[in-house]
Amino acid sequence: MMSQYSVFQLLRETLRGHTGWRPAWRDPAPKQRYDVVIVGGGGHGLATAYYLAKEHGITNVAVVEKGYLGGGNVGRNTTIVRANYMLPGNQRFYSKSLALWEGLEQELNFNLMMSQRGVLNLAHTDGQVDMFARRANAMRLHGDDAEIWSPEKIAAEVPMLDLDSARFPVRGGLMHKRGGTARHDGVAWGYARAADRLGVDIIQNCEVTAIERDPQGRITGVDTTKGRIKTGKVGLAVAGHTSQVAQMAGLRLPIETHLLQAFVTEGLKPILDQVVTFAAGHFYISQSDKGGLVFGSSLDGYNSYTARGNLPMVEHTAEAAMSLMPCIGRLRLLRHWGGVMDMTMDGSPIISTTHVPGLYLNGGWCYGGFKATPGSGWCFAHTIARDQPHPIGADLRLDRFMTGRELDEAGTGAQPNLH
Amino acid sequence: MRDLSDTETAPRLTQGGRIDRSRPLTFTFDGRTLTGFAGDTLASALLANGIHLAGRSFKVHRPRGLVGHRENEPNALMRLGTGDRLTPNLPATLVELTDGLVAESQNRWPSLKYDLQAASGLLKPMFPAGFYYKTFMWPAAFWEKLYEPAIRRAAGLGRATTAPDPDRYERGFKHCDLLVVGAGPAGLTAALWAGRAGLHVILADQDSELGGSLLTERSTIDGEPASLWVDRVAGELARLDTVEVMPRTSVFGYYDHNILGAVERLPTAEHGARERYWRIEAGRVTLAAGALERPIPFPDNDRPGIMLASAVRAYLNRWAVRTGTRAVVFANNDDGFSTARDLSQAGIAVTLVDSRADAELPRALTGLEVTLHRGRTIVGSKGRHRVSAVTLDDGTRLPCDLVAVAGGWNPVVNLHSQTGARPRWDSIRDCFVPGQPRQNESSVGACAGRFTTAEAIQDGAHAAVEAIRALGKPVPELDLPVPEDPPAGRGEALWYVGGRDSHTFLDPQHDVTVADVKLAHREGYRSVEHMKRYTTLGMATDQGRFGNVNGMAVMAEARGLSVAEVGTTTFRPPYTPVSVGALAGRKRQRTFMPLRRSPLHDWAADRGAIFAEAGLWQRSRAFPQAGESLREAAFRETTQTRTHVGICDVSTLGKIDIQGPDAPELLNRVYTNGWKRLAVGRARYGLMLREDGHVMDDGTTSCLAEGHYHMTTTTGQAPKVMSHLEWCLQALWPELDVQVQSVTDQWAGLAVAGPNSRALLQRLLPGVDLSNAAFPFMGVGRYALAGGVPLRLFRISFSGELAYEVNVPADYGPALADKLLELGEDLGAIPYGLEALDVMRIEKGHVTAGELDGRTTAADLGMAGLMSSKKDFIGRVLAQRPGMADPSRPRLVGLQCADGDERIRAGSHLLPTGTQTTIDFDEGWVSSATWSPTFGRHIALGFLKNGGERMGEVVRAVDLVRGHDVQVEVVSPHFYDPEGTRQRG
Amino acid sequence: MRIPCPVCGARPSEEFTYRGDARPVRPPMDSSDQGAWVDYLFFRDDERGRIKEQWQHTGGCRAWIVVDRDTATHAVHGSELARDAAEGGQA
Repeated sequence: MMSQYSVFQLLRETLRGHTGWRPAWRDPAPKQRYDVVIVGGGGHGLATAYYLAKEHGITNVAVVEKGYLGGGNVGRNTTIVRANYMLPGNQRFYSKSLALWEGLEQELNFNLMMSQRGVLNLAHTDGQVDMFARRANAMRLHGDDAEIWSPEKIAAEVPMLDLDSARFPVRGGLMHKRGGTARHDGVAWGYARAADRLGVDIIQNCEVTAIERDPQGRITGVDTTKGRIKTGKVGLAVAGHTSQVAQMAGLRLPIETHLLQAFVTEGLKPILDQVVTFAAGHFYISQSDKGGLVFGSSLDGYNSYTARGNLPMVEHTAEAAMSLMPCIGRLRLLRHWGGVMDMTMDGSPIISTTHVPGLYLNGGWCYGGFKATPGSGWCFAHTIARDQPHPIGADLRLDRFMTGRELDEAGTGAQPNLH
Repeated sequence: MRDLSDTETAPRLTQGGRIDRSRPLTFTFDGRTLTGFAGDTLASALLANGIHLAGRSFKVHRPRGLVGHRENEPNALMRLGTGDRLTPNLPATLVELTDGLVAESQNRWPSLKYDLQAASGLLKPMFPAGFYYKTFMWPAAFWEKLYEPAIRRAAGLGRATTAPDPDRYERGFKHCDLLVVGAGPAGLTAALWAGRAGLHVILADQDSELGGSLLTERSTIDGEPASLWVDRVAGELARLDTVEVMPRTSVFGYYDHNILGAVERLPTAEHGARERYWRIEAGRVTLAAGALERPIPFPDNDRPGIMLASAVRAYLNRWAVRTGTRAVVFANNDDGFSTARDLSQAGIAVTLVDSRADAELPRALTGLEVTLHRGRTIVGSKGRHRVSAVTLDDGTRLPCDLVAVAGGWNPVVNLHSQTGARPRWDSIRDCFVPGQPRQNESSVGACAGRFTTAEAIQDGAHAAVEAIRALGKPVPELDLPVPEDPPAGRGEALWYVGGRDSHTFLDPQHDVTVADVKLAHREGYRSVEHMKRYTTLGMATDQGRFGNVNGMAVMAEARGLSVAEVGTTTFRPPYTPVSVGALAGRKRQRTFMPLRRSPLHDWAADRGAIFAEAGLWQRSRAFPQAGESLREAAFRETTQTRTHVGICDVSTLGKIDIQGPDAPELLNRVYTNGWKRLAVGRARYGLMLREDGHVMDDGTTSCLAEGHYHMTTTTGQAPKVMSHLEWCLQALWPELDVQVQSVTDQWAGLAVAGPNSRALLQRLLPGVDLSNAAFPFMGVGRYALAGGVPLRLFRISFSGELAYEVNVPADYGPALADKLLELGEDLGAIPYGLEALDVMRIEKGHVTAGELDGRTTAADLGMAGLMSSKKDFIGRVLAQRPGMADPSRPRLVGLQCADGDERIRAGSHLLPTGTQTTIDFDEGWVSSATWSPTFGRHIALGFLKNGGERMGEVVRAVDLVRGHDVQVEVVSPHFYDPEGTRQRG
Repeated sequence: MRIPCPVCGARPSEEFTYRGDARPVRPPMDSSDQGAWVDYLFFRDDERGRIKEQWQHTGGCRAWIVVDRDTATHAVHGSELARDAAEGGQA
């Protein structure tokens, strides 16, 4: 039996050379049949399995993962947690997700290093400040925190910024104090361990090769590289490969797959205490607990499944960094990497039943899926268990494109690379 | 043992090496003034001064010494420079020594020797891999307040400055037939033969000198020291016109389509820039980046003085530095012999510990005093700030001040792997070697696992031949030199020495030990990626170049698999760290993005304009007079315009020239309203939708002549609309005979607004009949000023006044503006800016970016009437989806204070009165707001659910974040002259 | 990446603006079948592999072009003017 993590346990293991630690999760062979099969052992899939077991009492659940658990976007994002949206359909959902983050570590008995250090969005014109105010007021009306910071306050709180020589002046900012960062891998591991303890089978290195349906079209199971698994309900949580996996069930989606790069510098002593974003360069940056400055900007801009980015966006990101933080010039980029994003046509995610009975879809997280992990699992588990959307995720349904109820925060329309 | 004189024990040899003893250099390290020579690195200079202790580890602050001589150095990270040039985390091994260099060790307090945080080392047993996931959770609020700040302070490496980087960086493109990465024997040979054949070759090496391993080893080529061959080849390369040699250039990333990124370091004084970043587009790439030696981790292997054998040889042979006086060489392969030979010949007592039971001293070592312990391993070490002894597995204790460890070699497959290619495990050589190339590249020499100089030269020549052949050029007869290599003896795999695993370091910078990897395995973190992420192995500044492969082998052993089966983590760029400043080049701060200025910018600036950002543009906001605030100026300008006449620069509006017989058809398809019957000399307002039915842009388009139109767009959407029209004409309807051209920059535009505008323009154009009958609202005319300067006149109004827009060729804009002010002096003509423009358009109820936010429909804006039902247009069908056609959507309304005159702020939300202030009661928002000098109160535009049916109702405009909660009355958005009599008069 | 512009030759990708999959066919102007329009505008095959996609040489000749590119490798196999592709029917 797996033990509870605690200071006491750590001390005890210290005395016996850490020989008593047991695997954080089992490595089971797939059973013949499950009530629910979740495809995708990333943050969202694991969270879904956890909440299915914990909130809905459905424990005969398998999470099947092509590679290793947490190997997708949950392990290669810039770790930002926030609930700072404008449109009610989005903010309602992210507000719930943030509430779940708070206290998640104790619930999962796993330190996710959730750091509510604040997320600051910088505005460059008075019009942008007003737009941020509209968003901030929406957040406040949802019961979430938001403040508008003056340029003077920003200069005092964020010494890395050089506001005097900026191409785009800083006229104000939207501060969301409950936003921040969390240790991305820990989220996958924490949910995996907690789900496993509730009886969920996490099956790694197990690729789904077909989704099986009966003559009426109902889901009957999945075929995998570890054999056939029977189930009446399949939940897809494979962001980055959603189009490909959904195709196995004949589903065509409002999704294009894109490439987003992320960057980290060498470790430094503390120099930046918030998450800071600025729209002029689509740039965002924070400092990890290990000391590296973690940052990114826009999508590379073309459809891609490669997870390998190119120099134009590397250059643009560096330029954006140098536009407002010219002290970063002497700091050195240690590593940059790419992730595969499913970008939807309106820039908002999809948690939905589908026209295939027994098939449920969770995807289209664009580049913001990490912060959604708890909320996504929460809503998706509900959708799978009850066969209907959770009220807080109701606006994220797939049919919104048919009904003309897109959730377009950026207002750029059906052009995924601009969201 | 005989007594040794000072010169025999001093670290720096009196002769040999590639340093220039005639050029001494002074530098400081942690405040101590030291000397070195030209040709030294900071590392070799420190060692020459007897300094091994160079840093503290990241987690438990253990004392650490120099280990390597290249980019795999994990320990000796320095903070260089002072003030705003302070640069953290530079490996001393890659820093060329310069005179006056200031270096400091990092991550220690108060000093490198006595670091108080080393006390945490006592707690090290409590801090195995991933311990932080298991604790610091209680109480929950303590993480941000207590634990995290403490962890952040303890972690991190160097301290950085927040002062802007004062140095300059440059960047550029290069193109070549063949890019050779690495100038060792393989790279030099490839570049030489390709260059002789006339290929355009770039040879790049991160080192300041060409030669690679030939600089650090005592090898010979054609019977003479290899360095002579290097000098000869370098000389010939310099003379070849088509060959570009780039020393100090590190090729850090390999991207798609054979494009590589490289950074060239420049001595600042001479070049004015600190570094140059190059994007190199190469026809073909030869990777000759060599190989890095790996350690044999053993218990207590992290003491200063325990180094890689290749580094020990390099410091001795290239930099003439003895890194110890009494050495133990620990090897699992024949490199132990060459190390023992070189050390012994330099007068250092050597004991060789060879893990191979069958190791025999080769002939080369006969006559040298080298003791061999065959079939033995090191199982422990002693020493505080420097190793003083090691213990062997048979209990033998060997006093020493230097341990040279030779664990075998890892080819530098990083660039190859960055292309998406998969390195494969070579179980004969026990290392990862390049796999199937994905791009037009090949790896040669040690970089391909072919470790002898002979193999390197053969491979390099072969790569040159392939490149020559691929270009169809004649292949020359090869005449290759003959190196004398020691026989390539096979080593045996020895990935670590068992024992105290918790003190056997795989990644000394991050304090990752063999025990950590085994713990990861025990806890289920078994894939290499889980191992990396759980233990942080390979995430330090050397990115695993030091100990990653050993760590994978430990995991493989724990899992009962081969290293090949466990696999490797993904290699990501950059190969070595790159300054962010170099990547940005000159695009920083004010030059981050281009600045667009209206042709009237200087004219406005001369009149005291204050400017505002509008996308890439700067537009004049207002023209304050002495003592006037921006706000006061805007209100004065508004009133003066409404009562007399004002002129405003509108040059930034997008202008598109449309010509061709099918132009009316194009307009009909891209605008929602009808365009077929627009007469010559008339303008019309148009609304453009996206295909999804939302409003994309609005503007007026004028018919200048049969089949010739002039379209205007908003400033912000101009590029998008242009691109949209081009797409329609090229991709969607190529059958339409229409040409479009952006003429935004060709014409200066001035709005002339106010009751005196006609009189003013009549003075400018005395020969033109501008009467309302002759030139009515929405009329368009083309005229010429004196000298034939063309002028276009449009009678359109954004302010709601009698108004015109005048276009003249861009260069004439300032003159026209001056002329208008001069002619209109007695009419009260003034310039007005964006703020007054905005006040007047809100008073008039015209929409701009605040309303056209990409989510509104024509009906939302009260313009459902512009949606023609008689024709098809882009967005027609999808605008009819139920969610878009929903009558309860928020609609554009006017808002004014219900009583009193409180400020209404844009960004407020609209809620009914008497409800809770929560999202459940949210009914809309305020999109634009101003104080109206015309009406003497605050007014606003906003969107309110069912807005059209709620005129006269009082709602709340709530701005929680800025503390406003105002009762507002819902009114028509057309506050000013709703019948339009003024603009039509 | 280098994008081959039929007019200007191969140029760095940042000179171009990306639109996306070139294959969805716009319903006829007079079609009022909302489902067909939704499918055209919002839904994609999103293949992993070679696709035909639209780019505009915005930083050059401003031609809209159709590029044959592999989304799994970024390899480019050719390009043509969008005008030619449209007039030649769906390739």
